[in-house]
Amino acid sequence: MTQTVGILALQGDFAEHEAMLRRMGVATRQVRLPQDLADVDRLIIPGGESTTMGTLLHRYNLFGPIQQRSAEGMPVWGTCAGAILLARTIQEGIPDQPALQLMDITVRRNGYGRQTDSFEVDLALPILGARPLRGIFIRAPLIVAAAPHVEILADLGAHGGIVAARQGHLLATTFHPELTPDDRLHRYFLEF
Amino acid sequence: MEKSTWSTKTGLAQMLKGGVIMDVVTPEQARIAEAAGAVAVMALERVPADIRAQGGVARMSDPALIQSIIESVTIPVMAKARIGHFVEAQILQALGVDYIDESEVLTPADDEHHIDKHAFRVPFVCGCRNLGEALRRITEGAAMLRTKGEAGTGNVVEAVRHARSVYGEIRRLQSMDRNELYTAAKHLQAPYELVQQVAETGRLPVVNFAAGGIATPADAALMMQIGVDGVFVGSGIFKSGDPERRARAIVAATTHYNNPALLAEISKDLGEPMVGIEISTIPAEQLLASRGW
Repeated sequence: MTQTVGILALQGDFAEHEAMLRRMGVATRQVRLPQDLADVDRLIIPGGESTTMGTLLHRYNLFGPIQQRSAEGMPVWGTCAGAILLARTIQEGIPDQPALQLMDITVRRNGYGRQTDSFEVDLALPILGARPLRGIFIRAPLIVAAAPHVEILADLGAHGGIVAARQGHLLATTFHPELTPDDRLHRYFLEF
Repeated sequence: MEKSTWSTKTGLAQMLKGGVIMDVVTPEQARIAEAAGAVAVMALERVPADIRAQGGVARMSDPALIQSIIESVTIPVMAKARIGHFVEAQILQALGVDYIDESEVLTPADDEHHIDKHAFRVPFVCGCRNLGEALRRITEGAAMLRTKGEAGTGNVVEAVRHARSVYGEIRRLQSMDRNELYTAAKHLQAPYELVQQVAETGRLPVVNFAAGGIATPADAALMMQIGVDGVFVGSGIFKSGDPERRARAIVAATTHYNNPALLAEISKDLGEPMVGIEISTIPAEQLLASRGW
């Protein structure tokens, strides 16, 4: 089955996701307006500034259409800022920060501190096999709570808490696989 | 766990792509910028238009002001150090800024050397007018670039000149064979390995924004279509008639830069833009872009 992966292209590192998917031979489409969603089968919300993306999602009336497609089962994956936009509850946000609120998780923005606290670490992700995935965390958010029906995919424990979670057709990661050459998490999402 | 790696430094710039970084001089302006959709703010005491008008030596801003701006927003905060002034940079790092701009907008502290940016945990952005300058700054450790333009003028012509210069030189490198690349590296005064990498990939190894003279949504979209990854807007927002409205419009134009019909809507009823300055009326010694070596 040929499928087209939409990448929200309002702001952020959408070109990095696009390059990864193209290397894998997957068709992509940049999504900036509601009509761009019509012919996409799944959606990636990239890294960037969640406040900027939220403002533009609101201004160009994308919240309703994305929420509706998600309700119909369209897989959605948010990386970093994308994970913030997916969260039901945002801590340390701006007043009335606009968000999609699709996943039953609570996310704290800038969960590890400022830029000089950004870090890299080898992540154990059992769903991808034994080989660790290089996690790049940039002013990353932290998943501080998840409902019982949310599957925790990666947890740094005392070193950094929950960093990847899945709820059915929804995936949230607080790091950036699109900044590495490792495409295993992209392949995992394409199986949803 | 490794902190402040090259990937985390260049990676933050990648997260800013497609966005607008706004100059702010008060916490209140910073909050307006954040609400309008800025991806980051540049905290400073005077915007370039005022530095230009007032003259004198322009230095790093008061740490108390930078601190108050850091505390007022959730998005990344950048601040400027003078070219070569590594102690100002040490102070900015100690304050917890997210990016340091080693900036020609301030009066240079060293007329031969730039800061050794590899020595810092915090990443740096530097200005460039051409590919040689860009690659020299990367060699010194800059994790992000911005074409200089001519700050504080509200005139986009120099920003266009510098961006065209950088991308034109990249396209020329792509057409060269190995023999020619050695000579090109010599002319660019840049390391051969970097020159070869740019020739092979057809792109800079770090993110490059436009700066210096962007005053309208159309200016921002112009720079994006020329090929930059995002824009800095300095005096153009808070020296205009309706900063909030203009800020939102420039954010939207940077996203929808390839959609003229939307740009037409975005550009309507924005009030007065900042007053622009014709570059040829500025005495040569007052041109900021020529600072940097």
